[in-house]
Amino acid sequence: MTSGVLNLVLKRLAIAVVTLLIVLFAVFFATNMLPGDTASMLLGQAATPEAVAGLREAMHLNDPAILRFLRWLLGLLHGDLGTSYANEMPVAALIGGRFVNTMELAGITTLLSVPLALTLGITAAMLRGSLYDRTVTVLSIGVISVPEFMVATLAVLLFAVYLRWLPALSSVNEAHSLTDLVRIYAMPVITLTFVISAQMIRMTRAAVIETLATPYVEMALLKGASRGRMVLRHALPNALGPIVNAVALSLSYLVGGVIIVETIFNYPGIAKLMVDAVATRDLPLIQSCAMIFCLGYLVLITAADIIAIMSNPRLR
Amino acid sequence: MARVAASRRSLLGHSYNLVGVVAALVIVAWTLIAIFAPYIIPHSIGDIVDDDYFGPMRQGLWLGSDYLGRDMLSRVLMGARYTVGISLAAVSIACFSGVVLGMIAAVAGGWLDTCLSRFMDAMTSIPSKLFGLVVVAAVGSSIPVLILTLAVIYIPGAYRFTRALAVNINTMDFMTVARVRGESTVYLIGSEILPNIIRPVLADFGLRFVFIVLLLSGLSFLGLGLQPPLADWGALVRENIGGLPFAAPAVIVPSLAIASLTISVNLLIDNLPQKIRDRNP
Repeated sequence: MTSGVLNLVLKRLAIAVVTLLIVLFAVFFATNMLPGDTASMLLGQAATPEAVAGLREAMHLNDPAILRFLRWLLGLLHGDLGTSYANEMPVAALIGGRFVNTMELAGITTLLSVPLALTLGITAAMLRGSLYDRTVTVLSIGVISVPEFMVATLAVLLFAVYLRWLPALSSVNEAHSLTDLVRIYAMPVITLTFVISAQMIRMTRAAVIETLATPYVEMALLKGASRGRMVLRHALPNALGPIVNAVALSLSYLVGGVIIVETIFNYPGIAKLMVDAVATRDLPLIQSCAMIFCLGYLVLITAADIIAIMSNPRLR
Repeated sequence: MARVAASRRSLLGHSYNLVGVVAALVIVAWTLIAIFAPYIIPHSIGDIVDDDYFGPMRQGLWLGSDYLGRDMLSRVLMGARYTVGISLAAVSIACFSGVVLGMIAAVAGGWLDTCLSRFMDAMTSIPSKLFGLVVVAAVGSSIPVLILTLAVIYIPGAYRFTRALAVNINTMDFMTVARVRGESTVYLIGSEILPNIIRPVLADFGLRFVFIVLLLSGLSFLGLGLQPPLADWGALVRENIGGLPFAAPAVIVPSLAIASLTISVNLLIDNLPQKIRDRNP
């Protein structure tokens, strides 16, 4: 790796850190714009003005916003996410188990959708213009054009209502055997896989088609290489960068996807926790959940950019 | 390779246009419905007209009834107003601001360009649904808030797209000539750059409209978009989700309405003649 690439990568990482700070700042201020005073909200309507003033003092609510932001940031660095307003439990404890659930959902979806999407995308590009290619393209445009909740609704209609293979709701606590586990994860995973794969198929197909149009692939064709060899040996190694970039970008759609999917299937993950927190206006919980999602999203899109930089042969 | 591409075009040339025409007709139909909905709905959207809830399709109640026994056809037609209207308002604000800022950044260059671009990059690093969730949590949900939030979320995309196009135009000789003539920035972006990028910008407008319809529907589906008694298509799916186990038309029809609109816009853009759609005019 030359210093040019290293510089670009470092620059991209620096931008990511600055972005993270801006995002944290935005989340903090958005949630502090809420009408109503936190102290009086916590103490209820019967509280005396003295008690409210005392609590404001104790919670440092009278300090300037920038000071509170810095204190919040410092707390985050120590792993202190604050205390939930709704049930006065530490936010970290509320999020802990839920986070594992969401990561499980995301992990299983990734393991399923990446191989599926790459196979479909690459084969569609190889057979460009065929009936198979057109079917894959039309289906993926269809999935991209509809909201995630509609994919979920259709999945419920098909698998739970008509075929009666799977339950419509999931609850991780009821898992007693492997079959239970499969039935619980199946519906959310199927929905998310559809949403993520559609994006990935389109991007992979475009990347491979672009490589297939290059002069060196035409050269391989002219020297008599078979179609399979042309794609696997000549085109794919060069399309790898854009494809990995497409995978990372598509996975960032998971962030939006889980919010809908966890809600519709009642899946006990952080996204569901956050939607519930918005309903009860539980600020510390919203802040922490939003932060986790932004962080995950930022990591994925930064990774996609860095892969794109590293795989660009002109920079290598 | 070239021969393969050519034969494909002649083979599908006709059907491409047909698909585009059908898509355009669907979009025009929904637009007309959005405008004239109050005059054509058979029942008032609040009236309970069916003794049964989640009623099936039958004469008089062409799309069945919803979870309270209200006429679904009327509710879907009125829903078009909110879904199409809010999305159109949001996408207009987003594209106008994004396109103007993008052109200014490209023409001005220097620190203004750098600051704006960095800021827009930071904005795109916030997942759109999350941004919507946090804003709704902070200021509550109403039509103006929704329009502004959706617009703000999609300004950075329009900005990036326009700036990339405008930077190319900016290096052309006629731009140098116009600068030497001492033309103002307003003239440069309005009379020199805009006419050269207007077609791809309009195609981008359509794509962004689809994103906004999907996001609005998603937010409404989560109960964070339009609040009752108003209901857009996403909210209609949400309130009738209880009919899913019986495959009630009340939950399927609004979903189909969203899909018909978004798929039509996508198909129309995909089937526009190459020279309109192309990024580099």
